[in-house]
Parts: sequence; structure tokens; C-alpha cells
Amino acid sequence: MLENLKEKLTKSQVFRSIFRHGFPDNDMNRAYVVFSNVFLHIHPVKVRRSALRMRYTFCLGGITLFLFIMLTVTGIWLMFYYTPYTGLAYNNIQDLQFVIFGGNLMRDLHRFAAHGMVLFVWLHMTRVFMTGAYKAPREFNWVVGVLLLVMTLILSWTGYLLPWDQLAYWAVTVGTKMASYTPFIGQNGPWGAQLGFLPTNDIMFMLIGGTVVGQNALIRFYVLHCVVLPLFVTVALAVHFWRIRKDGFSGPL
Amino acid sequence: MENKVTREIFPRDARKSYGLVELMKGSAPIVKKEPEDTVYTWPHLIMIELICALLVTAGLIILVQFVHAPLRSLADPSTTPNPMRAPWYFLGLQELLVYFDPWYAGVVLPGMIIVGLMTFPYVDTNPKGVGYYTFSERKFAVFNYSFGFALWWVTIVIGTYLRGLDWQWYWPWSDHLVHMNPALVTLVPLHIVFVNLLHVSKDVGKAICDVLFFAYFAIGMAIPYFFMRKFYDSMGGARYFVFMIFFLSMMGVGLKIVLRLLFNIKYIVVTPWINV
Ligand code: HEM
Repeated sequence: MLENLKEKLTKSQVFRSIFRHGFPDNDMNRAYVVFSNVFLHIHPVKVRRSALRMRYTFCLGGITLFLFIMLTVTGIWLMFYYTPYTGLAYNNIQDLQFVIFGGNLMRDLHRFAAHGMVLFVWLHMTRVFMTGAYKAPREFNWVVGVLLLVMTLILSWTGYLLPWDQLAYWAVTVGTKMASYTPFIGQNGPWGAQLGFLPTNDIMFMLIGGTVVGQNALIRFYVLHCVVLPLFVTVALAVHFWRIRKDGFSGPL
Repeated sequence: MENKVTREIFPRDARKSYGLVELMKGSAPIVKKEPEDTVYTWPHLIMIELICALLVTAGLIILVQFVHAPLRSLADPSTTPNPMRAPWYFLGLQELLVYFDPWYAGVVLPGMIIVGLMTFPYVDTNPKGVGYYTFSERKFAVFNYSFGFALWWVTIVIGTYLRGLDWQWYWPWSDHLVHMNPALVTLVPLHIVFVNLLHVSKDVGKAICDVLFFAYFAIGMAIPYFFMRKFYDSMGGARYFVFMIFFLSMMGVGLKIVLRLLFNIKYIVVTPWINV
């Protein structure tokens, strides 16, 4: 009876309109499921048995990706409760901690997945380096990877400001102060003042939208953290994965 | 395989093209089967990925039962925490502020690290060691990567555990609530050392330092060029130059840290505009 039901279900018009093939319990459907599914088609249909060996990639790139997805999910959840306004941000975080159901869990997950992503992106890079996977023809994907690394760090750092507590405020104050030391375009940098850069027009002013970290900085970091950088990372990841397929995987795949 | 019998059964025709097809036991056509054994991505690889994802999720959920995201008091522009620590992944850079001026430690050096990382595939001409772990076939490359990131991680550890009030050096057993007396250490620019040692004027001392600084880069560039010809020839001029700039700068960072910690040297080169 169950077989019959399964048969009916997988042959129904609705099921077929979604999946286009039957249950992946035979080799043909196992091929179909990978290349007809937008999420799975970044894989080849078949891989060498030795590619399943974990001791080559240690799944590090995959774990980094998974952490990024997890950050997106928990991050969107947090956005429902967060206001990028200096008068409210801190209270919102306190509410998450003490009032909102699951708030603590989501915030903790978001925070530690972020630490994890920084760590794993570095581990992944180390794996790629140690297996020489950046050499021709994969040079460019290494460059894309470095961009991903930089964006991951900036993502973490822009998120750091959002709770608007002492930790956030001063880390970002000292960090953005560095920008004012940029040669030529920072007020404190070599040849900055000589070129006419002041606290009100230099690169740091552009970064935080003022002379000190305040409301403008918060909204800038918020938009960068929640929209701009995740979007850039997503695009860069699309390129990253596309190139792995096009350039070929270095390992025993 | 083709033999006399098959040639009789299938006479070759020069106007036709042929493909190699074989009948095997199985439930689907196999395209481009390679000598090595292949398996279907679904379920073999997908299952590994799923397990990985579940393990990471479980690990994180367990972790956050024990540690929590910090939340200090409300941001207050009028009270600066002391010491002020950057997030851990930037502590290396913050620690470098001890050894270099901010324009270098906070802007130029991070920029060089990023660009330097990007140059790897273009300056590493060693074709060996792709697709497997090896140290013996690419010793120099592995050394460079490890040296750079050892610097990165060691400075992170220093910044996390060995820095206290006013970003002074505190051992784990020192009293972290008492300010160190900064007057105990006097930092001097290198040229003052020469002034005291050789009894020369300040300007001469500075000139010596300038010469030393450029000699470091010039000699560093020259040694492999003259004495390690194989290394140079394998790269060619442009790659060699790019690589050596980053290599010598990285080594310079290590050198400067040693000079500062052991001999209290603040600057090597002093100019009216920038000090290094
Ligand atoms: C958001 C960050 C990143 C994600 C999610 C990511 C994801 C991945 C994944 C899933 C793979 C497949 C193989 C594996 O799992 O190791 C891969 C391969 C690769 N990644 Fe990344 N990556 C990231 C950052 C980086 C960085 C920072 C670098 C280097 C600087 C890099 C360079 C490469 C290269 C060259 C390959 C091809 C490896 C090969 O053919 O063996 N990626 N990446």
C-alpha cells in the first residue's frame, strides 16, 4: 500500500512539476536530482570515490559556507527586533537577552557562528594553500577567496558596532580612527594635512559620516552589515563555486 | 578491442565517425567513465555534507549553552575602557601599533597583507605539490605562509593574554589592576644609538640609519639574484621583484618587533614626514 502511495505521489502532476523526476532511488534519478536542482547543481553528478575522503578538504570550505547560511538565517531573525538608532539599539539587544523568546539563543548563535566563520575561512585558506590548490589554473579563484576573506572580516567588524555597548563603541572608534592615518587622504596620515584633509572631509569622515562614531556611523555600519556586504559575499561565492566547477577541483575529485 | 573478427563484422568506413560504447550491468547510461571508480553525488556526497552541517549546528548549540555573546554597559563616549581591545581577529594589527606608527600598522600593512596574499598564485612558479599535502616539495612556500601566519597568531595571543592597562606588557601573574610605570622603558630612535655609540652628530646618525634601511632591501634583493641563480631564473624579473618586496617587508616586521622588544628601538628611519 505504501509503495502504491509513493508511486501515486511521485507520478502526480504536482510532484512532477516540482521535481521532474522520480525518487532518487535509482541511478538515473540520482543523476537527475543533482543536475535538475538549482541548489544541488553546483556539484558534478558523479564524483570519484576517493573524493569522499574527508582528509583532503576536511569539509572546511563547506563548513564556512554553512556558517554563512546560518548567519544569514539568524541575522534576519535578529533584524526583526533591532533598530539602528543609538537611542534604541542597546535596549533592543537587552530585550533579546532578557525578554524575547529564543532571543539569547539566536544572538549567541549569530555571534559564535561569526567567530566560527572567521576561523574556518582561515582554516579553509590554509588547506587550499597547503594542497597547492591555488596554482594554475586556479589562480583567480584564490584572488576571489582573498576578497571573501576580507569581506568576512569586515562583516564581522561592522556587526560588532550594532549592540551599541562599550565594547562595540570603542572597538569601532579606535578602528575607524585608523582610517584617519591613511596616507594622502586621512587627516592624520602622512601628507594628509598638507593636501588639505581635515576632520570634516577626510576618509574617516566618509566612513563614519561624522567626526565621531554616532548615529550616522551606526546606520552606515548597519546597512553595510545587513545588506551590502552579505550581497557582495553572495555574489563572490557564486563566482567562487562557478570557478571551482570550471577550473576543476584540485584534489582527488 | 578491435580485432580481425570485429573488423569483419563492422567494416570501417572513412566517412563515418565512431564512438566507443560498451554494454555493462547498471541502471543508467554512464558517460565518460574514468578508470577510477566513481559514485553518485546523491546520496554519497550530499550525505557527507548533510552530516557536516548537522555536526556544526549541534556543536554551536552545545557551545552557546556555556558561553554567551557579551554585552557591556551602554556606549559612553566619555569613558574609555582601559585596555581597549579590538575583536580578536584584529588584535594582531592592534599589537603591531606598538611597533609601528598607525599609518603603517593600521593602513599600509593590512593593505600589503591583502595584496600580498593575492599575489601567491602568480609568484609561486613551483609546479609541484598540487592536489596533495606536501612539505618537502615546496619548503620555501610553506615556510613563508607559516611564518606570516605565525606572526599573525602570536600577536593575537600577545594581545589577548599579555597586554593589560595602557597596552603595557603584563604577565599572567602580574597584578592587572596596577598601572605599569611607562618611564621604566625609554624608547629611542635608532640614530640616537649611533650618536651615543660613535659620537657622531644627529644628522650623521640619521644618514647611517637611512643607509642601513635601504641596504636591507638592496642586499636582500641582491643576494638571491647573485647567489641563488636558480631561484631567480625560475621566477623571472617581474615576479622576483614583486615577491621580494613582500617577502622583505614581512621579514622586516619580524625584525622590527625584535629590535623594539629587545633593544627598545622606536624607529629605524626618521624623516620629517614619516617614521618607520
Ligand atoms: C566565505 C568564504 C569562503 C567559502 C564559503 C568558500 C567555500 C569553498 C568551497 C565549498 C570550496 C570547495 C572545496 C572545499 O570545501 O575546500 C572552495 C574551494 C576553494 N576555495 Fe574557497 N571559500 C571561501 C573563502 C576562500 C578563501 C579565503 C580562499 C583563499 C584565499 C579560497 C580559495 C579557494 C580555492 C582556490 C578553492 C579551490 C580548491 C581546490 O580546487 O582544491 N576560498 N571554497
